[in-house]
Amino acid sequence: MSVVEGSEAVAMAIKACRPQVVSAYPISPQTHIVENLAKMVADGELDAQYVRVESEFSAASVVSGASATGSRAYTASSSQGLLLMTEVIYASAGMRLPFVITGVNRTISAPISIQVDHQDTMSLRDSGIIQLYVESVQEAYDTHIAAFKIAEDPKISLPVMVCMDGWILTHSYESVAYMGQEEIDRFLSPFEPEHFLDIKNPKSWGSYADDNVLMEFKYAVHQAMQDGKQRIREIFKELSLLTGRDYRGLVEAYRTEDADTIVIALGSVSGTVKESVDDLRSEGHQIGMVKIRCYRPFPFEDIWEAIKGARRIAVLDANISMGSEGAVGMDLKAKLYGLKNAPLLVDFIAGLGGREINKRALRNILQQLDTVGKKPPFLKEPNWVGLNPTLFP
Amino acid sequence: MGKKPYQKKEDYFVSGHRACHGCGMALAVRHILRATGKEVIVVTPTGCLETFSSPYGFSPWRVPWIHHLFENGPSVASGVAAALKAQKQDSVRVLVIGGDGSTFDIGFGALSGMLEREDDVLYICVDNGAYMNTGGQRSGATPLFSSTTTEPAGKASMGKRQIKKDLPAIVAAHGIPYVATASSAYLRDLREKVKKAMTYHGSRYIQIDTPCPSVWGFPSDQTLEIGRLGVQCGLVPLFEMEEGQIKTIRKIKQKIPVESYLKPQKRFRHLFAGKGGSEALRQIQALADRNIEKFGLLN
Repeated sequence: MSVVEGSEAVAMAIKACRPQVVSAYPISPQTHIVENLAKMVADGELDAQYVRVESEFSAASVVSGASATGSRAYTASSSQGLLLMTEVIYASAGMRLPFVITGVNRTISAPISIQVDHQDTMSLRDSGIIQLYVESVQEAYDTHIAAFKIAEDPKISLPVMVCMDGWILTHSYESVAYMGQEEIDRFLSPFEPEHFLDIKNPKSWGSYADDNVLMEFKYAVHQAMQDGKQRIREIFKELSLLTGRDYRGLVEAYRTEDADTIVIALGSVSGTVKESVDDLRSEGHQIGMVKIRCYRPFPFEDIWEAIKGARRIAVLDANISMGSEGAVGMDLKAKLYGLKNAPLLVDFIAGLGGREINKRALRNILQQLDTVGKKPPFLKEPNWVGLNPTLFP
Repeated sequence: MGKKPYQKKEDYFVSGHRACHGCGMALAVRHILRATGKEVIVVTPTGCLETFSSPYGFSPWRVPWIHHLFENGPSVASGVAAALKAQKQDSVRVLVIGGDGSTFDIGFGALSGMLEREDDVLYICVDNGAYMNTGGQRSGATPLFSSTTTEPAGKASMGKRQIKKDLPAIVAAHGIPYVATASSAYLRDLREKVKKAMTYHGSRYIQIDTPCPSVWGFPSDQTLEIGRLGVQCGLVPLFEMEEGQIKTIRKIKQKIPVESYLKPQKRFRHLFAGKGGSEALRQIQALADRNIEKFGLLN
């Protein structure tokens, strides 16, 4: 066990995965990751081409081009930087290029802020990039190693983004158990794609397609996501065996077996929710939580398995689809529609721009659930947690 | 049964594309690849070339080729070059062939980044002076007083109000080892410049004037002739810069007036009808004269 900064743990994981090309453009709070990697290259500990680009748009383009040429590639970004990469990520998923990005979660302007929420990564949810959210520094370390294996699986072959909360995870120190290089090499084989830019076997990539075939391309990406769920479960299982830490699958269910009420969350807030669950359980509430580890592909089957016995669900969305609701709430409602005995589901917008979600906020959410009663809650959704009413006329 | 299309053994850009009749760009690309040989990976940002050369299921490219986006040709190429370096594939070279929209405008930042990093990429701009693929809108490469669909000549306008962005000079200011201009009307010269560029490592830039019959508005059998006139009047100076110094200039035999080049083109038709045209022509002639003077095209 070493006590390390979250960003350093991520850099250690990336180094151990032996990327051949790393590209970097600074944006807080992502910077420490690529700075650590730069130092490793400078010290000769990591044998990779390190490309210092002039924008996030180019950072994503460099790793995409490297991936298309058959090299394992990595970059990281946050917030506006991820938005600037958006066009590249859509196209890379369409071309089935399996690189890994760390999406260090940070809110989006305006107002400009460097604090954490999930608006940035959620805005990429439709692009075809696989999204894995992590709760702790240890989970961030382990998940990055799984990310390459998932991305490069021939049946999947899509970019993967490991989403980790800025500051809370990137800049905090935790004790982390590193794996040995040999173990990682056994777990993650070298990247050997079947198709790549190869002068011995020339192929054309990124062609023009119209109504004759475009829909089939999009279907193939969607299907790779859908079929990929099983593969991701298997890879997480292998990761569990390798690490001795429990990564049972796409979601983590915490004290849900007999739960009447379940809170659904992603990312670092899950730890707070678990503690609240313990507190509330000791007071007699039948409450549990579900942490979504893999958000795209959306693991509804796994979530359903955990929530089907519950009467009501509170979703914590650290994002808002302006003029509608939070993304995770919408996803779940869409899937629950028409299901027999679907639980009542209420969407809460919480923690935008780094506003703290603490145990008191969670008690507050629970009280709101109690007042919902039998009335359809969706009429006034979403519910904003902890808004300051004095700021509005 | 028609005759089989002429195809040389060493062609790596072959029939099967759907460029317009008389496309100067398609011609240039065939000769670019004759000069590079087959050990290249080509990146093409969005534009005419990408659209006419990649209908899914057909490809005229006999070298590995990738189109990604409009504005990231240079950075995708940087990624390809970095991967080749990581794989120690030293003999494989990287080439971008992009249009003027992606080069002068939307991809300009990425191009500058690639040049500044000295990435081992030959960047070729096949320049037809506007966004032809989308119907002839103004770009940063559009010449002075050309009528385009987004800056058309009209009762209150003579067309584009600014001179063409001097990209070779801007590119050269990055301190790269090789910058050249070429024309699809001078194919031997074009091939020699590409071959020369391939002898260097690091970032290199060639800008090729590729007349477009469709939007410039001239008969499709006149592509070479129009290209030649552009060079001969001084508006399209052909030169090479090595290590920041002008090394070769293609001289012009005798100065021909810019009217001879402009008159056959529909995009300049307004200069020859009605008021204001003669002043515009005077200004364009002054641009040609300045080139003749600056590059010593005549002596």
